[in-house]
Amino acid sequence: MTTPSLLLIITVAVLYSSGFYLLLQRSLMRVVFGILVLGHAANLSLLLTDVAITLPPLLGGPEGELSDPLPHAMALTAIVITFGVTTFLLALAYRVWLGDENDEVPDDLEDRRISSLTEPEDSS
Amino acid sequence: MNVLLAIPLIVPLLGAAVTLLLRRTPRSQQIASVLTLSVVVVNAAVLLWQTRDGAIMVSQAGNWPAPLGITLVADPMAALLVLTSSVVLLVVLLYAIGQDIGGLSRATPQIFHPIYLVLTAGVCLSFIAGDLFNLFVGFEIMLTASYALITQAPTRARVRASMIYTVVSLTSSILFLTGIALVYALTGTVNMADISEKLGTAPPELRMVLALLFFVFFGIKAAIVPMHFWLPDSYPVALTRISAIFAALLTKVAVYAIIRTQTLLFLRDDISTVIMVVAIATMIVGILGALVQDDINRVMSFALVSHIGFMIFGLALGTAAALAGVVFYLVHHIVVQATLFMVNGLIRQYVGHTSLRAIRGLTTVSPVLALFFFLPALSLAGLPPMSGFIAKVALFEAGVASGGTLAWTGVAAGVLTSLLTLIAIFRIWTRAFWGTPRPDMVEAKKQLRSGSNLGGLHVMTAMTGVMVGVGLLVAVAAGPLIDVSMTAAEDLVDGRAYITAVLGEEGR
Repeated sequence: MTTPSLLLIITVAVLYSSGFYLLLQRSLMRVVFGILVLGHAANLSLLLTDVAITLPPLLGGPEGELSDPLPHAMALTAIVITFGVTTFLLALAYRVWLGDENDEVPDDLEDRRISSLTEPEDSS
Repeated sequence: MNVLLAIPLIVPLLGAAVTLLLRRTPRSQQIASVLTLSVVVVNAAVLLWQTRDGAIMVSQAGNWPAPLGITLVADPMAALLVLTSSVVLLVVLLYAIGQDIGGLSRATPQIFHPIYLVLTAGVCLSFIAGDLFNLFVGFEIMLTASYALITQAPTRARVRASMIYTVVSLTSSILFLTGIALVYALTGTVNMADISEKLGTAPPELRMVLALLFFVFFGIKAAIVPMHFWLPDSYPVALTRISAIFAALLTKVAVYAIIRTQTLLFLRDDISTVIMVVAIATMIVGILGALVQDDINRVMSFALVSHIGFMIFGLALGTAAALAGVVFYLVHHIVVQATLFMVNGLIRQYVGHTSLRAIRGLTTVSPVLALFFFLPALSLAGLPPMSGFIAKVALFEAGVASGGTLAWTGVAAGVLTSLLTLIAIFRIWTRAFWGTPRPDMVEAKKQLRSGSNLGGLHVMTAMTGVMVGVGLLVAVAAGPLIDVSMTAAEDLVDGRAYITAVLGEEGR
């Protein structure tokens, strides 16, 4: 086996595109899910770097062949980080919901106010 | 294992653990974090002293030979940045402690101290990481700490802003991880020196795509136009002590990462036109944004975006002189930006807000404050004899020397941006500092001066003064600093010294 599995590549592509699609939604819950999905996509793409990923990383496979253990280690670290930050995001989304009773990303009030500004109030 | 390189990472993390244990006794917690940061400052000074002649210090964790183990590297640029950052972190910490003593802030000091030290560890690790994955880990430590810090004293606006901030930062982190995966797939290593060797033989198209990807995700963190929208929405909302550190350090760490990866890993010529165009856009768009804002913090945030453009401009030029200018600019900008945000914090103490609509006559309310604003603001605009002037002249000279339409356009944009910065600053000056103070401001000042929080206010003012002093010191010590920047830039332009230092002669 010298090329990565096509199935894995397609999965990664689908995860990335759906992740970014979710990220562009206005509901914060969907944004959080988008981050989750993107995290999975990045972790899977780390696994894609090794063509022999189906073989065991430490004790050899049928003919004593090994897969590269480093992507596994990196993916593990990344999983831990994504997990921690996702919990934080969920807590944050909950706080937003508590404050406003909705979880939509609002328009930028400051920008809207400036664009409607004709002249400064304080002209003295 | 070189201890000097491990200290900036390990001591703050230990300090964080200690301050977490000491959370019931505020005084000892404050002493512990000040001590920790002092150790880091001294250590960084020694590090800079040892690398000042262009030497590159390398430490292989656990004596695993590169590229197998974790490599920490300090070249003059990294050492200089670690020193500048730790000085700023220490001064802002003392400022925050003054604020807490005076009871002038709604922050939770018990949580603030440990997370602040974790942030320090993350910033230091990002500067001295010798491989991409540890750079990623350093970024994550720094960012995770910043997510927690930006929500200190949560209000509705703060929670909203930190949501934006967290999601944007996470997106860039995930792209970073993807970038690491792609580089690893191409080269089979994450050690930057090793990648640099192996990417040389990679197809140029692939290298260009990777260079662009790296530019994009670090660009999000550095708030380069058009990826800057999150910054003016999130930084001004946080507590002053926190927005000061964020504005001074976090974007600069990303700029450092851009410079490190674009000079060491990729042949710069691949995308230098793109970098130049983006740099010019960043300068102009940022400063135009600053001109229409009417909150001092937001003006400063947009000015921050615009001045990131100067550093990227230097990188796009890519000559040793230009990179020396960038290194000096980084130091200057870290100090000045921190000072300005600290002054904004003092204004907030006096007036209660930083909206230009309702401030007048600050010069009468506090002449010292006016001076503390004026000096770094002039430095930001690049007026002689401030450090900003020296940094900008170095960059413009390099731009003129390399010639070409794009470089000249960049110089013109830089001059225009400096002028517009001056206008933005004088807008703040005439509106907020000039004129007769509003009666309620005088009243608020009397209340502030008579209360029990006077001591804390004095500490805050003194620390802002120290920061202004550091800014002046950067200008006074410009000679030696330019020398170090030049050495650092030569190391950057010619990556061979770095590669040899990390991999060793026989490893090549």
